[in-house]
Amino acid sequence: MNIAVCVNHVPDTAAKVKVSEDHSGIDTAGAAWILNPYDEFAIEEALKIKEKTGGTVYVLSFGPAENNETIRKALGMGADEGIRIKPGTAADSLNVARALAAQITALDCKLVFTGKQSVDYDNGIVGQLLAELLGYNCVSVAVALQIDGTSVVAEREIEGGREVIQTTLPAVITAQKGLNEPRYASLKGIMAAKKKVIQEVEAVTMDPVVVTQSFESPAPKTAGKILGTDVQAVPELIKAIHEEMKLV
Amino acid sequence: MYKGLDYYSFDSLLSEDEKLVRELVYDFVQADVLPIIEEHNRQGRFPFELVQKMGELNLFGANLPARYGCAELNSVAYGLIMQELERGDSGIRSFVSVQSGLVMYPIFTFGSDEQKEKWLPLLASGEAIGCFGLTEPDFGSNPGGLVTKAEKVTGGYKLNGAKMWITNGTIADIAIVWAKLDGVIHGFIVEKGVKGYSAPEMKGKHSLRASVTSELVFEDVFIPDSNLLPNSRGLKCALMCLNQARYGIAWGVTGAMIACYQAALDYSLSRKQFSKPIGGYQITQQKLVYMLTEITKAQALNIQMGRLKDAGQLRFQQVSLAKRNNCEVALNIARMSREVLGANGILDEYPVMRHAANLESVKTYEGTHEMHTLILGEDITGLPAFDN
Ligand SMILES: Cc1cc2nc3c(=O)[nH]c(=O)nc-3n(C[C@H](O)[C@H](O)[C@H](O)COP(=O)(O)OP(=O)(O)OC[C@H]3O[C@@H](n4cnc5c(N)ncnc54)[C@H](O)[C@@H]3O)c2cc1C
Ligand SMILES: Cc1cc2nc3c(=O)[nH]c(=O)nc-3n(C[C@H](O)[C@H](O)[C@H](O)COP(=O)(O)OP(=O)(O)OC[C@H]3O[C@@H](n4cnc5c(N)ncnc54)[C@H](O)[C@@H]3O)c2cc1C
Repeated sequence: MNIAVCVNHVPDTAAKVKVSEDHSGIDTAGAAWILNPYDEFAIEEALKIKEKTGGTVYVLSFGPAENNETIRKALGMGADEGIRIKPGTAADSLNVARALAAQITALDCKLVFTGKQSVDYDNGIVGQLLAELLGYNCVSVAVALQIDGTSVVAEREIEGGREVIQTTLPAVITAQKGLNEPRYASLKGIMAAKKKVIQEVEAVTMDPVVVTQSFESPAPKTAGKILGTDVQAVPELIKAIHEEMKLV
Repeated sequence: MYKGLDYYSFDSLLSEDEKLVRELVYDFVQADVLPIIEEHNRQGRFPFELVQKMGELNLFGANLPARYGCAELNSVAYGLIMQELERGDSGIRSFVSVQSGLVMYPIFTFGSDEQKEKWLPLLASGEAIGCFGLTEPDFGSNPGGLVTKAEKVTGGYKLNGAKMWITNGTIADIAIVWAKLDGVIHGFIVEKGVKGYSAPEMKGKHSLRASVTSELVFEDVFIPDSNLLPNSRGLKCALMCLNQARYGIAWGVTGAMIACYQAALDYSLSRKQFSKPIGGYQITQQKLVYMLTEITKAQALNIQMGRLKDAGQLRFQQVSLAKRNNCEVALNIARMSREVLGANGILDEYPVMRHAANLESVKTYEGTHEMHTLILGEDITGLPAFDN
């Protein structure tokens, strides 16, 4: 079976992010870039399935040449082929999904993994959009997965328990932390990945449905006010809610 | 996510895969070494449980050919492995240095095809551990004088003598032992468990506590003909091995420097005395700037040294310069970092005192600071200062 894993190259959120001077995006100078953490679970799951049932794992990433770093990391973990989709003009989540879907169709992948969300824009929708565009079933935010022939049993974490979902291939699974323990690449894996050629393809471009007007940093937090530490403070708090904050 | 120190954009000189190698080892050290190292250091124990994992990651003999199960990396990637391991602990780096540079390298370089086929894959996976026995109780800086002796007997050799200060000795499955045969130094493979061979551990170290250091004792040990390294002849061959290991040390101690610098910088920003963080006082800043500058210089040396090595143009004297310089400044940085941390600097809650203690060994082994001075002194004046 051909398996597709969609991976994104994202700024490390452990570092401080600054809005660019013209407010059109973030200031990427000096930012460190990583493989989207949720996508590591997606890669691991694909590799586990390949090890069990055979097949080819394709790593797809939509983005500039820097995304090759992230593709190579996935190849070093054991993925077979890397494909980078060069962005056209505007790239909202729908256009990212359209570009990915076109490749997935061309590669005839019946099983697709994404992360549950990408820590750059945090929309958490590319996987679901893909399923819709491809006409595949979809389980989002999966924490356990069992595939047997074309039968798919997946678990999702819901409030107070776990939901077990049964569906069939073809399917898109979006991976949540806990799905597995991502492996390290090995040095041999990295060297083997080095020899692989990352295929580069052009994106299909369409008008984006989401256009970003501008980026703003959140207003700096102002200092809080402590009215008291026990029940005595309650009347004053109620007064403040009504009169100062005008919340009710 | 890799976090290093790169004040001069040396990362722009690294290839994608060199960076991936570095990140892989960094992740391993963060996840598997740092959480356990202080306890092992305290107990004076080598973390044996890491060997298999390091084998799976292909950290052993990483610059040797893939046909022996190795990763076949270039020298810069090899150096980066050492740097990241020693950011964790010099003892862990020493283990990998010995296995790679002092055991796998001589088998690869001086061994027979049979020896290579037999031992290199086992050493690459970590199924076999090796050690390197050159130093003797009475011959440290002057290994040419060594007295361990091999005599020809039917079907092999009879080995007598003793080695001291041998990293991995007690836990090694094979020892590469340097002994004189008819007055000429040769390398022999001595296998664990053969009659007359023992390797007691040396105790009481204040340094490299998470590394095993041993004596090797040979009493009429029979070595079959097939265990002589056929192409090893003369002290030069042993020194060629040391040159590999010294190369790794120059990179390795740079990792220890980065760890100490980062500990000092973090602490200086959080510790307040008088009116502000101690990082705001000029004397602290001077220390931090010294560290930053010396690390940056060491990084410049390392990368150029690595590129020269890959081009086949690296002279052993250049390796001496880097080993000598980097060990000295690493020790200075560790001590300075300890000062910046004040009393906390002596606690094993922070890594700096462990690094400082480790680096005392690293400055001494693989040729002391003084020996490298003499090597360089001879190189530039043409006048050897050693006596014969
Ligand atoms: C060149 C470029 C230009 C952009 N321009 C704009 C812009 O003008 N306006 C705007 O709003 N945003 C823009 N983006 C951001 C882009 O929309 C997001 O990076 C992308 O949609 C992922 O964020 P998300 O929150 O939608 O993903 P999510 O839906 O949170 O991601 C879920 C999963 O989808 C997969 N995935 C997400 N993105 C990719 C990808 N790029 N390649 C492969 N798999 C992926 C991953 O598996 C991920 O875990 C741009 C991005 C790029 C690379
Ligand atoms: C933890 C540890 C692990 C080690 N692991 C190994 C190993 O795996 N295999 C191995 O073979 N060896 C190993 N060694 C040994 C190490 O290589 C030697 O300790 C080193 O070469 C120095 O020898 P020495 O200790 O006998 O010192 P000496 O040679 O006795 O030197 C003592 C001092 O005198 C100085 N000195 C000596 N000669 C001169 C001179 N001509 N001019 C000026 N100064 C001089 C030295 O620089 C030094 O300061 C290890 C050592 C340590 C501490």
